[in-house]
Amino acid sequence: MPEQIRRTDGSEIQETALPGVGVRYEFTSSAGVRVAVVHHRSGRRELILFEPDDPDCVQRSVDLDEVDSRTLAEMLGASKVAEHLARLQQSVEGLAIDWLPIGGSTPFAGRTIGDTQARSRTGVSIVAVLRGESASAAPGPEEELRPGDTLVVVGTARGIEQLAEILRSG
Amino acid sequence: MPDHRFFLELGGVVLALAVLARLAGRVGFSPIPLYLIAGLAVGTGGLIPIVTAEGFIETGAEIGIVLLLFMLGLEYTPRELADNLRTAAPAGIVDLVANFTPGLLIGFVIGLSSEAAFLLGGITYMSSTGIIAKTLSDLNWTGNRETPTVLSILVIEDLLMAAYLPLAAILLVGGAATSIAGSLALAVVLVGMVLLVAFRFGPAWSNLLFSRSDETLLLSLLGLVFIAAGIAAALQISTAVGAFLAGIAVSGEAAERARVLLAPLRDLFAAVFFVFFGLQIDPATIPPAAGTALVLAGVTAATKVGSGWWAARAAGVGSRGRFRAGTLLMARGEFSIAIAGIGAAAGLGERFIAIAATYVLVLAVLGPIAARVADPLVAARLRRRRLGELPAR
Repeated sequence: MPEQIRRTDGSEIQETALPGVGVRYEFTSSAGVRVAVVHHRSGRRELILFEPDDPDCVQRSVDLDEVDSRTLAEMLGASKVAEHLARLQQSVEGLAIDWLPIGGSTPFAGRTIGDTQARSRTGVSIVAVLRGESASAAPGPEEELRPGDTLVVVGTARGIEQLAEILRSG
Repeated sequence: MPDHRFFLELGGVVLALAVLARLAGRVGFSPIPLYLIAGLAVGTGGLIPIVTAEGFIETGAEIGIVLLLFMLGLEYTPRELADNLRTAAPAGIVDLVANFTPGLLIGFVIGLSSEAAFLLGGITYMSSTGIIAKTLSDLNWTGNRETPTVLSILVIEDLLMAAYLPLAAILLVGGAATSIAGSLALAVVLVGMVLLVAFRFGPAWSNLLFSRSDETLLLSLLGLVFIAAGIAAALQISTAVGAFLAGIAVSGEAAERARVLLAPLRDLFAAVFFVFFGLQIDPATIPPAAGTALVLAGVTAATKVGSGWWAARAAGVGSRGRFRAGTLLMARGEFSIAIAGIGAAAGLGERFIAIAATYVLVLAVLGPIAARVADPLVAARLRRRRLGELPAR
């Protein structure tokens, strides 16, 4: 039943469906400890460690709501994109990074990144589109924008201001 | 117009259920056995027989079984069902053979009619999804390695129920062999068609159904499920099947919201259903049936532990986990009563009903206890064997 997912860095995650409950993900750390996370359908997460003398049985589980999960992920460095960008910012003077939300009244709803002409008009690059829990890094000009998205942008402070204005009112 | 007695009786019954549910929660048990006992107490020959509210309770019980099965269908998407059928089929087949057969055989041995024996097989086959889900979360076993195995077995049982119920309903109606074959063919075609349509068009049609307004969604869902139940009843394949299929056909956002919206209604009417089942039983019929019910419970507790143990082993789970899976699956509850209720409605006789009720009373209580108690016992035994105090077999 479990499905093996091999990730690009060589690590392996086991995914098991729990019908009616959610999905369980687990992996074995390099020190040999098995760690699992159950994603409940309600959005609750459960972080799980197993009994040493009965590896099938939960020894300790921690309930995490959505905010807790995000906090823990951040502490573990899940926001690698942000980290990279922060480092980049430190190394290039005058470079600014910002998160621009796409509001409901934007004229670009349903249109593409190319349509904004961000690069040619402001010199700012759109490096990622965050949508719900997913993120698409290095989006192409054909990437569609939707209200509720957040754009991660890199450029000069002035350019970013201009882009924000363009996104608001065209 | 219902008079004051109607409300007093209904209020008394519901309030008694509230007290029982609280008590069950305090002790950490399923309230189902207590609801059955409450039904016994207010039925004919019971302590305080009710008169005026019985008609309402009977209708409420019908609604309860419809909602129970509808919510069960909502739990699963057609894809989950299909995936499970593929991966867990061997475990499902072992579970079916090991637990349906004893009920059927013992039914014949004690001289029940062949219809009643067929229903008894269903009663001993179906584990209680509700009790097991609760035990899993109470004992914090959701993340355990045997849990996916246990859950897949439950899914397959629930799916087979969609085939079993029409079959049982058709057998109970009886008639000439040709008319039975005709109804059977009709039922198979119908169930197959609904599943196919649900698989293909489920998401589109669920989006159509979905509404941001809770009120609109609730009314749409209830209308839909009652119509589905009505159609199924008109085709003589049991309201429960119609409701279950309707539940499977609803998915996505609509299903998620429906689970939240309908849960309290389901809880109320399912409780009424259990009371109604108990109410139909004359307490005087229980003692003569108790012996048979206990034997049946003993045998099918063992077969459930066996089939669960086997399934967990096949999934690569260690010794302790295998026993956990087996003892967890022992609990019988709402679906066994649902099947028995169909028999009761068809007039299968008080002996059958008394056996079914006692059987469920015993295993609904013993199941969760067995799961709790067995694991440390198995652990201790394994430890002693490792230390060489017990000879390895």
